[in-house]
Parts: sequence; C-alpha cells; structure tokens
Amino acid sequence: MTLLDLLLLIYVFVLAIFVGFELITKVPPTLHTPLMSGSNAISGITIVGALLSAGAEEFTLSTILGLIALIFATINVVGGYLVTDRMLKMFKKK
Amino acid sequence: MQVLIYLVYLFASVLFIFGIKRLGSPKTARQGNMLSSLGMFLAVVVTLFDQRVLTFEYIIIGVLIGSALGAIMALKVPMTGMPQMVGLLNGFGGGASALVAFAEYSHIMITPDIHVDLSTSITIVLSILIGSVTFTGSLIAFGKLQEIVTGKVVKYPLQHPLNVVLFLAVLVTGVLVVLDPTQINLLLIIAIISLVLGVLLVLPIGGADMPVAISLLNSYSGIAASMTGFVLQNNMLIIAGALVGASGIILTLIMCRGMNRSLMNVVLGGWASAGSGGPAASSGVQNKPVKSVDAEEAAMLFESAQNVVIVPGYGMAVAQAQHAVRDLANVLEKIGINVRFAIHPVAGRMPGHMNVLLAEAQVSYDKLYALEDINDDFNNVDVAFIVGANDVVNPAARHDQNSPIYGMPILNVDYAKTVIVNKRSLNVGYAGIDNELFYGDNTLMYFGDAKDAITKLVHEVKNL
Repeated sequence: MTLLDLLLLIYVFVLAIFVGFELITKVPPTLHTPLMSGSNAISGITIVGALLSAGAEEFTLSTILGLIALIFATINVVGGYLVTDRMLKMFKKK
Repeated sequence: MQVLIYLVYLFASVLFIFGIKRLGSPKTARQGNMLSSLGMFLAVVVTLFDQRVLTFEYIIIGVLIGSALGAIMALKVPMTGMPQMVGLLNGFGGGASALVAFAEYSHIMITPDIHVDLSTSITIVLSILIGSVTFTGSLIAFGKLQEIVTGKVVKYPLQHPLNVVLFLAVLVTGVLVVLDPTQINLLLIIAIISLVLGVLLVLPIGGADMPVAISLLNSYSGIAASMTGFVLQNNMLIIAGALVGASGIILTLIMCRGMNRSLMNVVLGGWASAGSGGPAASSGVQNKPVKSVDAEEAAMLFESAQNVVIVPGYGMAVAQAQHAVRDLANVLEKIGINVRFAIHPVAGRMPGHMNVLLAEAQVSYDKLYALEDINDDFNNVDVAFIVGANDVVNPAARHDQNSPIYGMPILNVDYAKTVIVNKRSLNVGYAGIDNELFYGDNTLMYFGDAKDAITKLVHEVKNL
C-alpha cells in the first residue's frame, strides 16, 4: 500500500464519519439503545477480514487467529442484529 | 470476480447507511435493522468467493459456533440485562478486529513477494491497539454491569501516570514495528499492553457513568473495524466502521451533556472525587423532617389528579418494576387521568435504557418524553411520581453552586403540585449527595421496593 492508497482510504473514512454524524443526530432518544446495538452489529463487518484469514489454503497461525476472530465477529453480528430486532419489535404506539 | 465482489461491498455499504437512516424513527426502525443485516449477509456471502478463500472447514466451524452463541445470548438476555449485552457485543467486535489485524500481519509475513510497508504497519498497530482496548474494556464494563466487578469508582495508585506510561509504551513499540516490521514479538507486546490498558481505563468508571463508557466503547468498536479496513484496504469496512464510530461518539457527547460533565471528567472517574464535599455539605438537610405516605394515601392523591408524570430511574430497572409501572399508568388512564413519562438522558445504565424497559412493558412510545420536551410543563403537573431516580431530579443542580452536580440538567419535578417519591430508603444516589427534593414541602416519600410498592398502589387505586 502506497501512501497515496492510504490517503484515498482516509478520504473515504472522513466522509463516512460525516455521513454517520448526519444520520445519527436525527435518531430520537427513545431509540438510542437499539441504535447502539444495531450499529454495534454493523461493526461486526470485520467478519469479512476474519473469513479471508480463516479460509486460507494452508493452515498457519493466520488461520487460527482468523478462526477465533470469525467466532467473535459472528457472535457480534448474529447477536447484535437479533437482539436489536427483539427490542424494536417491542416499540409500539397505541 | 474481484470487481463483482467490490460492487456487492459497495451495495452493502449503501444498505448500512439506509439501515441506520431508517433507525431514526420507531415506525421504520425494524425495517432499517433488517436492511442493515441484509447488507451484512451479502457482504459475508460474496466474500466466500474471494480468491483468498480456498478452504471452508474453519469457516463453517467458526460461523456455526459464533451464530449459536450469538443467537442464544440475544434470545435469552432479559431486557434489564441489555446494557451488559451491548457491552459484551462491543467487546467481541473489538476483539475480532484486533485478531484480524494480527492474522493479516502473519499472512503477509509468510507470503512471498509481499512485504509490510509503512502504511500497512501503522494501520496494523492502530487496529491492534484500539481493538484490544475495546475488548478488555468492554469485558470490564460487562463485569461492572453484571456486578461481577464492583460498580463503584475504583481508584488505584498512580492511576493517570500509569495509563500515560502504558500508552507511550504502545506508541514507542509501534514505532519500532514500523521501523522493523518483521518483529512479530513487538506486536504481541503491543497487544498485551493494550489489553491491560483497556482494563485500567474502564475500571475507574463508576456504575452511573456506564452510559458514557458503553457509548464510548461502541465508538471504539467501530473505529477498530475501520482500522482493520485500512489494513485490508477495504472501503466497506472503513465506511461501516466510521458510521459506528460516529454513532458512538454522538451518544457519548449526549450522555456527557446530560450530566453536564466533560468526557475527560467521566473517563478519568472524576465525579465521586469531586463529590468529596458532598456528604459534609449535605449534613445540613439530613435532619429535616420527611413526610411519608402509605399506599392508600398515595392512591387518593393520584385519583384526584388530572396530570401525572412518572419519572423512572435505574431503581426501576433493578427492581424489574417496569410492568408494575405500566399497570399503574393503565389504571390511572382508565379513570381519565393523563399519564406521561419523563425520561432523563442518563437515566439507567445506557442511552435509552428506560425507553427499552417501558417498551418491553408495552408502554406506547409516544407517552415517553425527553427532558427538553416536558421540563417546561411540570408547573401544570398535579402528581410527579419518581420511581428509583435520584440525582437526575435533585433541585440542588439548579441553584446550589457547591453541589457536585451543580449545572447538570435535571427534570424539574419539584415544580409539580405534589411529588411522590418511591424509594427503598433515603440513601444517597450515585453522586453521593443527599437529595433536597426528599425534604421539599410538596414532596411525599412512599417507601418500599418499587415492584411491591407500585403493585400495592395499583391495587389501592382499583379499590377506590
């Protein structure tokens, strides 16, 4: 990765943070907990990296680390989305 | 194929953004969460076609174990346990990011023709640092909320110098890695120091400051995912992580504002020490008489009211009294009384904690009012009913400049015609100070465990 590549990635990072700020300031306090657990599930996106490491052809240290990362990330993703859905189901207006 | 994969990644990123956007209203929130999970599903499936993924045994094992554990946790956790659940999930996300960075490093080391360049080594170090701090920090937060670890403010000798030294040690070791990226031992050292740092940073934070800690760790878990995105040069990870990072930071700031404290003050475990003047300063009011009521008298007060506002706090969560509170609201509404709920931003142990509990008890969300939406209306309220809240309704925050909570936005319940406070005793709240509300002329204490006391109250109202 050249420094120029890195710079392009930083561009994306900074712009995405602005998008995040815009989106989240509009979330009402009543939904703050589901917002937290739902966004937390999104941070499990690191699962993609875990898949790449755990699925390597040769079994190495990288595979073991990848496997543990995969278990962690899957707990994060599956648990996060399910628990958020469980909460959101309860938010009703009579 | 790689092009197609990256197009799907782009699509998934868009789904995450739409998903969070739809989380902005209770009507669309569930759909938003589903859009976001669809994005995640697509991202996972398409990654299986990556040229680097050649064997599937470990992937199947990992996904099965992780899904089973995640699903069990998500379906079993009671709503009152939601803060620790979110804390734990943050930790898994952060830990996964650190591990992926580590795995990627060892992958590069054994792959001929690729070497670790400057940008890669910097991002690997950052990813391991943030991910590891998030991991152990979240475990400690979980322990505190689950009451395995003390919820009190923990002070240890040389707290601040020690943390600074450890942080500098990570930086120096990080620079050494960047200079000589072949040293895997150095990365291990960084990981170990960062894990210790996570413990030390969260340990001093007291129970009622957990909303800030959880929000902050949520933000870290996102930034850790972003850093892993830098390591893998994957824009989707960077975007998704940045969204979560921003979300966590915003919630953190809202929580700090709710307590009128700076982030530094909370993170350094400040309030309790600032409150050292508290017990002494409060001894003056302690001798004042307190008026108390029993269930029957309280029921009569409610019955003659037109406007009732219920103010829940962490005590409601501890006593699991949300269903009893709902029953009370229902019987009052049945006899024509207008019942609303006032929710302080830092009530409970995480942002929105009270809202989730009341939603569980099937209280309509349009009856829940945020501080700024109801505070001007307390003059028109006949009965303000406090259930397990303390510091957030202490009028001292408005006028007593010597109070440690001076300046904190509070719910002006003392402006109501009558205030009924349900509490087990006159014990102090988290800030460690006496609450002058309890001694107010229009305040009546209704002592007892929230669940039992309110159930009794509901019974009395029905019998009137």
